[in-house]
Amino acid sequence: MVEIIPIQYKVPIAKPKVGVAGKTGSWRWIKPVVDNNRCNKCFQCEIYCPDNAIIVDPEKGVTINYDYCKGCGICSEVCPVKAITMIKEA
Amino acid sequence: MVMPKVILTGNYTVALAAKMARVDVVAAYPITPQTGIVEKLAEYIDKGELDAVMIRVESEHSALAATFGAAVAGARAFTATSSHGLLYMHEWVHWVSRARIPVVMAIVTRTIGPPWNIWSSYEDFFGQRDTGWILGFAMDNQEVFDMTIQAFKISEDPRVYLPVLIGLDAFTLSHTTMPVDTPEQEELDKWLGPRRQGYVIDGSEPLALGNLAWPEDSEEFFMDLQRGMEEAKKVIREVDESYGKTFGRKYGGLIHCYHCEDAKYHAVIMGAWSGDLMEAVDILREEGYPIGLIRMRFIRPFPDEEMYEILNGSKGVIVFDRAISFGSLGPLYLDVAANLTKYTRKLPYMRNIVAGVGGVNVTHKDFYELVRTTIDDLEKGVEPPVFTWYHRR
Repeated sequence: MVEIIPIQYKVPIAKPKVGVAGKTGSWRWIKPVVDNNRCNKCFQCEIYCPDNAIIVDPEKGVTINYDYCKGCGICSEVCPVKAITMIKEA
Repeated sequence: MVMPKVILTGNYTVALAAKMARVDVVAAYPITPQTGIVEKLAEYIDKGELDAVMIRVESEHSALAATFGAAVAGARAFTATSSHGLLYMHEWVHWVSRARIPVVMAIVTRTIGPPWNIWSSYEDFFGQRDTGWILGFAMDNQEVFDMTIQAFKISEDPRVYLPVLIGLDAFTLSHTTMPVDTPEQEELDKWLGPRRQGYVIDGSEPLALGNLAWPEDSEEFFMDLQRGMEEAKKVIREVDESYGKTFGRKYGGLIHCYHCEDAKYHAVIMGAWSGDLMEAVDILREEGYPIGLIRMRFIRPFPDEEMYEILNGSKGVIVFDRAISFGSLGPLYLDVAANLTKYTRKLPYMRNIVAGVGGVNVTHKDFYELVRTTIDDLEKGVEPPVFTWYHRR
């Protein structure tokens, strides 16, 4: 058994939290837009999204969290039915 | 109190100590002359005498990585290596200390090649000098046992939380038998206590280790590591005291002093060949030479206060190094000299004799001659050269 006795020193560990680096979606200059009528719910965009900013619901289709989507465009690249288009931010 | 005495090689002594410390995980890769340690541990596990997991890995780099991973997750973890194996795992040596994770590792010191050579030399050990590990070095198999047990206690002390490396000489200790006093398991369990560490990563909550940090934050981590080392000096002395009280053997903390009390000249050394120097000191004492011996038990943290206390006012100090910092002097000499400057500008005459490198045998007769001629010269007012690489065939 291990006893955890908190350390009096700085240690290089971090507890991951949503938004700890701010709203990183503000870095985006192109934006993924979804046509949920075309979506076949294959989950590829959710699996590939490096920022965990996409959720696919089997009923409703794709939702993108624009607070943290940096606009990398990977979802649009991997979508087999071309349901995600990248458009320029206003 | 029954203290069973067993006849053990240095390697089997390390294995027995790790077993009696009840390690949970051993990850190791074989290398001469260390192999006996992990073979014996594998045998203990196989026979059901030790409840632990042996992780077989494809290299030393992975051996320490796996040991580290297990330790981060809360296991009392142990590994051992030598020479080129240690060099290969060097990156992970830094990972463990900078993450402040208690781990104990034994290093059976061996010459670094080329040329290929398996005899004892301390370059592999000194190669870990700046890693942030506590560095201990044993003189005989009894101390190997005691120091390995003490290492777990020191490493897991919340004031320290740093890994500990224990050096022992190839063959002179690793493959040579000696009677070793061992404590009762129950009493040892009580003294050592359960595994302690500052944090665990065991999947119960998301935790990231080793993220990007700004320079200022990074520097503060390392300043804290330096503070941990300062604390370790106290803890090493305390642990040695309390071990001595419980099991009847104490060594003097960070150093072991031999005939220091009335000495006018001093020799500084570490490792198995300290025993040969002790024999020389005995003869020299009989002949009236006022020589004392300081044997380094730990070089990190460096026992600066002890060294100053003993060496201040010495008429002459000889530091024996079984390693060389090519282009400079022996690493132990560099440390002794530099640390004295923290306390005084009036350094005693100091001499560095590098010898035994590559495993060359140095006997008590060699030590006798070197110490005697140095003292005779100094008494005549002649200062021998500061640096000598002593070599004979």
